[in-house]
Amino acid sequence: MAFPVGSYNPSESLPETSPLPSPSSRVDGSEYSEDIPWGGRGATGRVASSFPGSGGEMLVTNPGANNLQPKSSLTTASVMKMPPGLTEKGKGPMTEGQPERGGTKVKEKMSKAERRALQEEQRAAKAAAKASGDGRKPATGTASVSAEQSKIGKPSLQKKDSTQVSSVPEKKGTDRVLEKDRKKDVPPPRMQFDDKSRVEKAKRRAVVNQSEARNIVELFRHLPQYVHGTQFPDLEAKFFQLDPMHPSVYKVGLQYLAGDISGGNNRCVAMLLAFRDAIRDYSTPPEKTLIRDLTARIGIYVSFLIECRPLSISMGNAIKFLKNRIAKLPLNISESEAKSGLQADIDRFINEKIILADKVIVSHAVTKIRDSDVLLTYGCSCVVEMILLNAHELGKQFRVVIVDSRPKLEGQALLRRLVRKGIHCTYTHINAISYIMHEVTRVFLGASSVLSNGTVYSRVGAASVAMVAHAFRVPVLICCEAYKFHERVQLDSICFNELGDPDVISKIPGRPELNHLDHWADNEKLHLLNLTYDAMPSDYVSMIITDYGMVPATSVPVIIREYRREHVWI
Amino acid sequence: MDFQVVVLAGGTSRDLAPLVSRELPKALLPVAERPVLSYVLDLLEDSNLKDIIVVVEEEDPEVTTRIGSWVSSAYADRLNVEVGVGTAGALRSVAPHLNANDILVVSGDLVTDVPPGAVAATHRRHDAVVTALLCAAPVSGPSETGVSSGKDKAKKPGRYNIVGLDSTRQFLLHVASGSEVEKDIRVQKGMIRAVGQMEIRVDLMDAHLYAFKRVVLQEVLEQRSAFESIQRDVLPYLVRSQLRSEVLGTGAHQEEDGWHSKTSAENILTWMSQHLSSSFSGFQEHLPGSNNPIAVPRTHKCCAYIASKSKYCVRLNSIQAFSDINRDLIGDASHISGYSFSAQNNIIHPSAKHGVKTTIGQNCMIAEGSQLGDKCNVKRSVVGRHCRIGSNVKILNSVVMNHASIEDGCTVQGSVICSNVQLQEGCVLRDCQVGAGYVVSAGSEHRGESLAKK
Repeated sequence: MAFPVGSYNPSESLPETSPLPSPSSRVDGSEYSEDIPWGGRGATGRVASSFPGSGGEMLVTNPGANNLQPKSSLTTASVMKMPPGLTEKGKGPMTEGQPERGGTKVKEKMSKAERRALQEEQRAAKAAAKASGDGRKPATGTASVSAEQSKIGKPSLQKKDSTQVSSVPEKKGTDRVLEKDRKKDVPPPRMQFDDKSRVEKAKRRAVVNQSEARNIVELFRHLPQYVHGTQFPDLEAKFFQLDPMHPSVYKVGLQYLAGDISGGNNRCVAMLLAFRDAIRDYSTPPEKTLIRDLTARIGIYVSFLIECRPLSISMGNAIKFLKNRIAKLPLNISESEAKSGLQADIDRFINEKIILADKVIVSHAVTKIRDSDVLLTYGCSCVVEMILLNAHELGKQFRVVIVDSRPKLEGQALLRRLVRKGIHCTYTHINAISYIMHEVTRVFLGASSVLSNGTVYSRVGAASVAMVAHAFRVPVLICCEAYKFHERVQLDSICFNELGDPDVISKIPGRPELNHLDHWADNEKLHLLNLTYDAMPSDYVSMIITDYGMVPATSVPVIIREYRREHVWI
Repeated sequence: MDFQVVVLAGGTSRDLAPLVSRELPKALLPVAERPVLSYVLDLLEDSNLKDIIVVVEEEDPEVTTRIGSWVSSAYADRLNVEVGVGTAGALRSVAPHLNANDILVVSGDLVTDVPPGAVAATHRRHDAVVTALLCAAPVSGPSETGVSSGKDKAKKPGRYNIVGLDSTRQFLLHVASGSEVEKDIRVQKGMIRAVGQMEIRVDLMDAHLYAFKRVVLQEVLEQRSAFESIQRDVLPYLVRSQLRSEVLGTGAHQEEDGWHSKTSAENILTWMSQHLSSSFSGFQEHLPGSNNPIAVPRTHKCCAYIASKSKYCVRLNSIQAFSDINRDLIGDASHISGYSFSAQNNIIHPSAKHGVKTTIGQNCMIAEGSQLGDKCNVKRSVVGRHCRIGSNVKILNSVVMNHASIEDGCTVQGSVICSNVQLQEGCVLRDCQVGAGYVVSAGSEHRGESLAKK
C-alpha cells in the first residue's frame, strides 16, 4: 500500500502514458485514495498516524524505497488508478483537467514537476525530521504528484533511487550547517560518474571545460576521465572572466592542472595558503551572515579545485577542518576578528599537523636507521626525503636505493637532491624490484593516506614494492602524518582512484622510435589506463610512523577515533 | 584578478612615414577601416579587462588630444591618456597610477587574437617577474608583382628576435632582438650551467605583450633611469639577471603581513622554500638551493608564453606589415576584424557604388560612400570611405584610405594611398606610399617611392 518512491522522479517517464482506467476501477481507486498520504489538505497529520515513520522515511532515505520493492507489483496498479481517485476527491481544478488535456499539460509540468519533486522531497524530509503537521503547498503538491503518477508507465524504480540518493549529497555541497553536523560521522558519497544526468548537471556548473575522453576503461567508468590537452588552454583563456574566483585559488588550481604541484603535503599546504589569502581579502556582502557566505565561497573554490584535479585525502581532511572552524565561529563575533581567527587557525593547522608532525616523524624514523643499512624508497615522498637527509646529517652511514616508475619518474628529482647532499644512491625502475630487494635492509615509503582498516593508499607501484619487500622479509615502514588518516575502508584500488592522462603511457621519454602506440585512440578495442594511486593491504606494512608515534597498522582506527575529535576539531 | 593594463599607443613613428603624421598618429592608422588601437582595446574588452591606461609617447600635445578624444568617443569607459617619452618613460609617468599586483603592458600596434588571459595565467602560475608573449614570426606577405624592393630586404632582420628558451619552453633564458645582433650572440655560461639545456629559436617574435610584476617593474624603472625601451632595455636586463637577482631584495617581504606568531611564519616560509619550490619544474631545481631564503639574494623567473600556431599575431611596425595586416584581416584572419563577408567573399558597404563591368575580387573591402567607375578592377585591396574612383582603374594589393580621389585610367599596385590624395589621370604607382593630401600629377609613373607633401 505504500507509495513507490519512483513517483517523485518524473524525468524519465513518458508523457504519453496517460492512464485511463476503466470506471470500475475507480471504486478501487477511491478506496486507496483515502489512505494516500498525499491527501495534502491538512491530511498530513494523518500521514504521520497512518504511516508511522515509514511514510516520511520513504521520501528521505533509499533503503525505505528498497523495502517497498516487493510490493511494487501491487502498488503499480493502484498508482495508475490514483489520478481518477484523486480527482474524484476534487482536489482542485488542475488535477481534474489532468487526464483530459493529456499531452501538453503533462509536458509543461515535466520541468516544473522535476523541480517541485525535489522541493517536495526536501520539505517532506524536513517535515519528517521535525515531525511537523501541515504540508506547505497542498494543492501544488497534489498536482505535481498526480502528474507524476499519471506518467508512471513502467516503474524504473532502481534508476530513480540511485538518482535520489546521489542527489542528496549533491545538495549537501551547499552550506547547511545542521545537516552537516548530522552527517559529519559519515563522509558523503562521492559523485559517481556513471550516471549521465548528474554528470550533465555537474558539467553545466563547471568552470573548467572538461571534455570526456574516448576509450574509457569499463571498469573505471565511475571515475572522471577527461581529455587532458584541452583543459589547460581553455582555463587560461578564461583567466579574466572568472570573477568569483580569488587569484590565489585560481593560481593553485592552474598549478594543479599543469602538474606543477604534486604530493599530498604540498597540495594541501598550497590550497590552505590560497584559502588563507582568500579569507584575508574576504568581506561579507550586505545582508548575509559571515558563516554561511564564507562556507559557500569556500565550497565554490573547492569545486573549482576539484575540477582542476580531484582532491587528495589530505586536502579533504583539511577542508573538513576549515569548514568546521568556520561553522564553530560564534555568531556575535566581528568580521575582522573572525577573519584573523580563521587565518590563525589555518596557520596553526599547517604548523602543527604538517610541519611539526614531519619533525616528529623524522625524529622517530631516524632511530630506525642503523649504520650500514640499505634503505629503499619508492617515488618521491617529502617525508622520506627529510628522514634520509636528517639521518645523513646525524652522521649515519647508509645507502639508498630509489625505485622509480613511468610515467611520472618522480624518483629522479629525489635522486638529484640526495646526490647533491652526498648520499650514496642507487637508482632503478620498478621492473627490477625483485632483483634489488635482496640487498635491502629496510623499506621506507610515504603515503597519501592510511585508511581505517590499515590499508595504505599511496602512489601506484608502492603496493608492489611493499609486497616484494614482504616476500623478502624486509620490514616496510610507512611514514604518514596523522592528519592524512581517513575513516574510510577500501579493499581494492578500483572503487576509488584517480585516472591520469593515458597518453603519457604510450610514449617513452628518450626513445622516440618506440611509437607503436601513437594512434591508440583510433582503435576502439584498445584502452589505456593510467592509475595514480593504489591500495596496499595492511599485511605488508610492518609499522606506521606518525606524529603520534610508531604504531602498527591496526592502531590507525584508534587514532582516528580517539584523537580526531579532540585535536583536529579543537 | 588584480591586473592593470597599460597600452602603449605610440606616437608618430618614422618607420611608417609617410602614412603617419601629426594629424594621423600611428595609433589611429586605419587597418581594415578601424584604427589599429581599436583592435587592442577590443581584445582587452573581450577579456573583461576594464582597467586600462593608454599612454602616448609623444611630447606633441595635439597627438595626445587626438588619440584621447578618439578613445573617449569610441570607448565610454574608464581610460586615461598620459604622455611620456619612450616606452619606459611612458611607464614611469604612469607609475603613480599603478596599484594592482601585476601589470599587463601591451603595445598599441598589436593585432592579435591571443587571449591576454593566457599570458596572465602563465605569469601567475609560475609567479614570474615578467612574462612575454612570443609568436611565430610572420612571413613577409607576398605581393602579386613579386618585387621585393631593397627596402624590404633591409627591414627583414629587424623584425625577428633571437630567443633562448629552456627545455620545457616555459622560461625565457636569453633574449636579443635581431636589429641589435650583427653576428654574435652572447650567452651567459652561468645560465646554461644552471639549466642544462637551452634552445635558441629565431622563428619567434616578441609580440610586445608583457605581464610584469608591479613592484619589480617600478623598482627597475627607478633604479635604472637610463632605461628607455622595454623591449631593448628592461626585458633583457630582467632576463640576464635571473640568477643573481637584486630586484626581489625587499619587495617580497612586505607581502607577508598579519602573522600572529613569528615562529610559525618562519617555519612555514622555510618549509615552503624547501618543498614547494623544489617541486616545480627542473628550472628551479638546478638553481642554487638555499636553506635560509630570507637572507640570500633570490632568483626570479622570466617566463615566456608561446602562442599557438593557429592564432594570429602581428605587429604594425613597418609599411610591409601594414599591407600584410590589411590583407590578412580581410582574408585569413577575418574573425578579428569582425566584419561579415558577402557571398563573393568580400566586404562591400551597401552605400558603395560601382559602375558597369567593374569587378571586385575576393578579399576586398570597399567602405561606405565610395564610388567606383566603369571597368574597374579591384583585387585584394582596401578602399576607404568616400573615395571617388574613376573608370578603367586597376587597384591591386593596395590600401586606399578615405576621401581619396583616383581619376580615370590609373593603376595602383602594391601601394598605400593615404587620405585626401588625388591621383590624376593615367598615373601608375607600384609599391609606393603616398602621404596624405598629396597630388600625383597626371601620367606619372612611380615605382617604389614614398611621396609626401613637404
